[in-house]
Amino acid sequence: MPASARPEPRGYSGLPRWLYIPAGLGVLFVLVPLVGMLTRVDWLHFVPLVTSDSSLAALRLSLETALASTAACLVLGVPMALVLARGPARGRRWLRALVLLPLVLPPVVGGLALLYTFGRLGLVGRLLDVAGVQLAFTTTAVVMAQTFVSLPFLVVSLEGALRTAGGRYEAVAATLGAGPTHVFWRVTLPLVVPGLASGLVLSFARSLGEFGATLTFAGSLGGVTRTLPLEVYLQREIDPDAAVALALVLVVVAAVVVGVAYGRRLAGAVAA
Amino acid sequence: MDASVRDRGLEAALDVRDGETVALLGPNGAGKSTLFALAAGLLRADAGRAVLDGRTLFDGSAGIWVPPHARGVALLAQEPLLFPHLTVLDNVAFGPRAEGASRKAGRQAAEHWLGEVDAVALADRRPAQLSGGQAQRVAVARALAAAPRLLLLDEPFAALDVAAAPALRRLLRRVLADRTALVITHEALDAHMLADRVVVLDGGRVVEEGPTAELLERPRSRFAAGLAGLNFLEGRTTAPGRLHVEGLGDVFGTGPAEADPALPGDDAVAVFRPADVAVYPSRSGLAPDVPQGSPRNAWRAVVEELEPRGPQVRVHAATPRATVVADLTPASAAELDLVPGAVVVLVAKAAAVTVYPA
Repeated sequence: MPASARPEPRGYSGLPRWLYIPAGLGVLFVLVPLVGMLTRVDWLHFVPLVTSDSSLAALRLSLETALASTAACLVLGVPMALVLARGPARGRRWLRALVLLPLVLPPVVGGLALLYTFGRLGLVGRLLDVAGVQLAFTTTAVVMAQTFVSLPFLVVSLEGALRTAGGRYEAVAATLGAGPTHVFWRVTLPLVVPGLASGLVLSFARSLGEFGATLTFAGSLGGVTRTLPLEVYLQREIDPDAAVALALVLVVVAAVVVGVAYGRRLAGAVAA
Repeated sequence: MDASVRDRGLEAALDVRDGETVALLGPNGAGKSTLFALAAGLLRADAGRAVLDGRTLFDGSAGIWVPPHARGVALLAQEPLLFPHLTVLDNVAFGPRAEGASRKAGRQAAEHWLGEVDAVALADRRPAQLSGGQAQRVAVARALAAAPRLLLLDEPFAALDVAAAPALRRLLRRVLADRTALVITHEALDAHMLADRVVVLDGGRVVEEGPTAELLERPRSRFAAGLAGLNFLEGRTTAPGRLHVEGLGDVFGTGPAEADPALPGDDAVAVFRPADVAVYPSRSGLAPDVPQGSPRNAWRAVVEELEPRGPQVRVHAATPRATVVADLTPASAAELDLVPGAVVVLVAKAAAVTVYPA
């Protein structure tokens, strides 16, 4: 990691020196493959490769669906985090375990679960089919798959922020005559804006990289459900140079998202 | 208000008249803050009821519970807890805005109340840019701007440094003058300056209450006596002005001039000031050392602790019954060679000891 320009005054850290060896290895483990990929990029044809119709369609679809699923995470995840952080204690452990399930579940399994629920013959999909609505293998399905896997990221980071903020400001606001809804908009949410921003960025990044659940539930239809990761995987079989070029685009987009919107807050929010 | 909370062992009844400020005193863990949380609606009582201005806040038997925001009960805690994301002005405008005031009306109300606490100049600052005293003043303005029918102040000076506390105390004395308010405090000064009446809470129960001056002058609980800085002995009256204290024998005193004396057989207390206790060396038993003359009390005691108090030295000495404190000059303390463990004789003139019914 690059050292900062001016070392901050430090107290005794108690960090064993040998710890830097595995830590450095870890950094290399992440960094070297990225460099390895860079060496395989066909720079001569890079621009035509990433601006081909299929590439641009995949990129646009990825950005659109990732934004849509981030919005869905916002609408569903904020209330979930609030209920987990402030709601009745009973059943909270079970609820949290359930919310975290998509985080540990292989995405393919999540995709299968969505398929057997919202697919044409699924539990809910059957009813939707009668109503003339089909979800599986549509762009909506892409957004659903992404939301399914990204939701825990938002919920976890926001719940941590809410716990850190504590409920004291809300209590004061209530004694000043503010009803629960007013307190939510004017006190609770503004106080956790940094945590919320972290959660949203994490969700967006996770949505952008979604592959397994999307492929299973939404398939890989060009321009409809084939997001950038799916396009990369497809091109790997057909045109490895295009795959590498697109992969680089994904890396850059991810780095920009995390770097610009997130900055140095990443570490703190994940720890919380 | 009359409430009980089983988990916290609280079982207290409390009455605050309209426009009256009541000081709530008591040792840590007495249930003062719990009582506040109940009144503000931040905690639910297991049983009991509370009525404010004829409106029921909660009633266990009738199943009524009014949420905090609909009670008109504002809470000022030790820490100001100003909303960090709002300016001082918006903090103070929070209450009026929550009640549905327009942005303009909210600002006007905020400016008015900031004026009341001499903090108009701070209006555009963020809470992080305020000193502790400034923040607490703004918190007072914020609580008042919400136009509460009852104001609860939970040790409002506790988190302030000694330099900032007097100004806030004067401010509160001014704004609390005609308000219905409850103040938790550990200082006799706060009770004298802010409160019309004092309620002493101990072990979740009200042990004593009365007008501030009277209660602190004639305390009936050990806690109130300690707060007022008085020595306190409990016993049973054997004759007018004479109190039998188990382990100490008879204590001679005088009845209060203005109130009913304790009748023989009554539970009574004897109260006297530390400055009225003289300390004598105990060389060879009790009798030879004690000066004779006017009626007086003499007790053998073991010095526990010496504590500098301004120009005086406060001696804590354990009698067989209770610890008695005496104030001496440093010179006499040195002359008597007082150290913890030394045996002394404490003498208090009967004229300086007041005996009255418990």
